[in-house]
Amino acid sequence: MQTETKSKVEQISSSAGHPVSVLRFEGDIASTSKEAVLGAYQALSKETVKLILLDFTKVDYINSSGIALVIQLLIEASNAGQKVAAFGLSAHFTKVFTMVGITKYAGLNPDQATALAAL
Amino acid sequence: MPSRLGYEKVAMSTAASVAKLMGFRQERIEDLKTAIAEACINAIEHGNKLNDGLQVGVLLNAGEDALEIKVIDDGRGMKTLPPRPDIDKKIHGEEDPRGMGMFLIQALVDEAEWVAGANGKSSYVRLVVRLDPPNE
Repeated sequence: MQTETKSKVEQISSSAGHPVSVLRFEGDIASTSKEAVLGAYQALSKETVKLILLDFTKVDYINSSGIALVIQLLIEASNAGQKVAAFGLSAHFTKVFTMVGITKYAGLNPDQATALAAL
Repeated sequence: MPSRLGYEKVAMSTAASVAKLMGFRQERIEDLKTAIAEACINAIEHGNKLNDGLQVGVLLNAGEDALEIKVIDDGRGMKTLPPRPDIDKKIHGEEDPRGMGMFLIQALVDEAEWVAGANGKSSYVRLVVRLDPPNE
């Protein structure tokens, strides 16, 4: 019943020329999304990848289990000294992410350009 | 509905349809959808322990100025509510990253009440969202 989470990774550059890895998610993010969310993140090199964007533009539904996966990603990123920003959440899920405090560890932005500028 | 993850979407869309007909604004409908999703997931995972043979009941009562929802499972109910989630503790590994469902429910609706069923069955959570007062 839940739409499978799809994820893909793209490499872009910040305006300062720094490499940025963008994790693009699609579908639902729930308890079954571990491989798509954490698996995609863990495939990144912790040595060379220091700036990460999370793209939620094509995500329809996130429940608290999905939010927990995002938090686990932020835990690992924090331990690896990586900086994370997110963009593309709907107004509602921006509110939900803010309620649980994720904004303390990852900025939430309306679009990719704004998120890149914030990194 | 069956105690199978994913079926919370049925309750979400049904509640959203009723709320729209009642005149709730879209932001409030989104709040309700997330709250009912979390309530159903709790019923499926914790109340009914993902037992496919058990059902989760969802009752909707559209009143004049409020929508009441009950999500019913065959669990024993909650004896105490979990503490408010702490993102700093979660990030530092001092708290499970999970466990935000009940917090979100309370934050997104006007009333949330957890009721343990008699004889350790048919526990439910009761959610209430109220319509905004009409503009004068």
